[in-house]
Amino acid sequence: MLKAERVSFRYSPNRPWILQGFSLSITPGERVGLYGPSGCGKTTFGRVLAGYLQPIGGKVELDGKPLPPKGYCPVQMIFQHPELAINPRWTIGKALYEAYQPPPSLLEALSLDLHWFERFPHELSNGELQRIAVARVLDPRTRYLIADEMTTMLDANTQAQLWQVLLDVAAQRQLGMLVISHDRPLLERVCTRIVDWAMEAQTT
Amino acid sequence: MNLEVSRSSTLWSRVGLARQRVFDRRRQTLFLIVFCVLCLGVILTGSARAAVANQTNLSERNQAPSWAHPFGTDWLGRDMLLRTWSGLSLSLQVGFLAALFSSLIGLLIGLTAATLGGAVDAFFSWWIDVFLSLPHMVVLILLAFVSGGGLNGVVISVALTHWPSLARVIRAEVYQVRSADYVQLSAKLGRSSFWVARHHILPHIWPQFLVGLILLFPHAILHEAGITFIGIGLSPHQPAIGIILAESMRHLSTGYWWLAVLPGAALLVMVKLFDILGENGRALLDPRTAQE
Repeated sequence: MLKAERVSFRYSPNRPWILQGFSLSITPGERVGLYGPSGCGKTTFGRVLAGYLQPIGGKVELDGKPLPPKGYCPVQMIFQHPELAINPRWTIGKALYEAYQPPPSLLEALSLDLHWFERFPHELSNGELQRIAVARVLDPRTRYLIADEMTTMLDANTQAQLWQVLLDVAAQRQLGMLVISHDRPLLERVCTRIVDWAMEAQTT
Repeated sequence: MNLEVSRSSTLWSRVGLARQRVFDRRRQTLFLIVFCVLCLGVILTGSARAAVANQTNLSERNQAPSWAHPFGTDWLGRDMLLRTWSGLSLSLQVGFLAALFSSLIGLLIGLTAATLGGAVDAFFSWWIDVFLSLPHMVVLILLAFVSGGGLNGVVISVALTHWPSLARVIRAEVYQVRSADYVQLSAKLGRSSFWVARHHILPHIWPQFLVGLILLFPHAILHEAGITFIGIGLSPHQPAIGIILAESMRHLSTGYWWLAVLPGAALLVMVKLFDILGENGRALLDPRTAQE
């Protein structure tokens, strides 16, 4: 179980709190939707949960232990802007294979074209880059996924395809997911449980 | 039907034209780079002719430019073209040494400040500000004088005054790339910090360093000429371009314009060559413009 316990965070001591005593837990196979307006701190919470940011108060635990500081992290994040999450100086192939060799079936499901692998990120569209970014973190060692507005700026086709693949993989491997979005219908479609940021913040 | 065909054919010819243009642009850039490197190489061979360039021939004193002596001759009958050539070559070598040391200092300080951060960063940033706020030429003259002038003086003073801007650029680049999503993700994918430095950070800095080094060259050469011109740089038996210009000044008022104008123009051309080289190198090294 991935658990955030009374997590607090702010970017510096003279800035306001973004998270204050926020708690959430995700069990394997569960897809939790985190719903809230823009700029309320959803992304910050996602980064804390994935270990990109250290909480100032409270703790994040994976099966009762803190996240590993080194080595492959079982909690992986998919970013909102794929063009910022792939090194612009690397070829697509190098970026895709950074952690592991994705199986051909996965590449096919995401309709990743082998011709892209020699190209550079600026030659591909955001939808294509996001599919690369998703394939990159679906290493067998991944147990929890945090999808931060993953498909917000993609067209409907790519959105549907990405979610189809991700839901399949998640069901197969019993992945736990946190889906961050301000798109309520999407969350209702893909999640098993929805947490409303505003309600949650009031009660804590 | 006919209309359709002609439309599609014009479309194709347009695509073809665009392709050709892309190709041409790339070839142009490469051509410019090769051209600059060649020219600078030719200039560099001038030091082999230093002995010939110093030969005096008193029967051919103060001749205006002609086919036999395109740059004319000076008051001792030395051929000014040869003198300029070997002078530029010497300046180039001095410039290379100074630019190399300077950019290495810049790289080291930029990397240290950005990776260690905190107090170390504040310390180095303060020094960068200090050096950038002091008048360039004054520090240069002071350092050249303190280190005893000559070749050492020029190299040391130029190296010690030109690192701040490159250090600042590299520091900023390291900070920027370290906070990038793809670098942070790399660590989460289990990559060691050494691997991240080797595959993410260094390739990001390398073009900046290279372009910085090339663009430092003309600075170094001009300052070498400047210091030598006012008399604390190289000595007269090492005829670098600064010495040639300084000596020519005494003869300008007597109407021997070619003694200063032509070597000066040659210096200008060389500096411009480096400038073109740096700019085009930057365009080729950046993946966003590399395929334009």
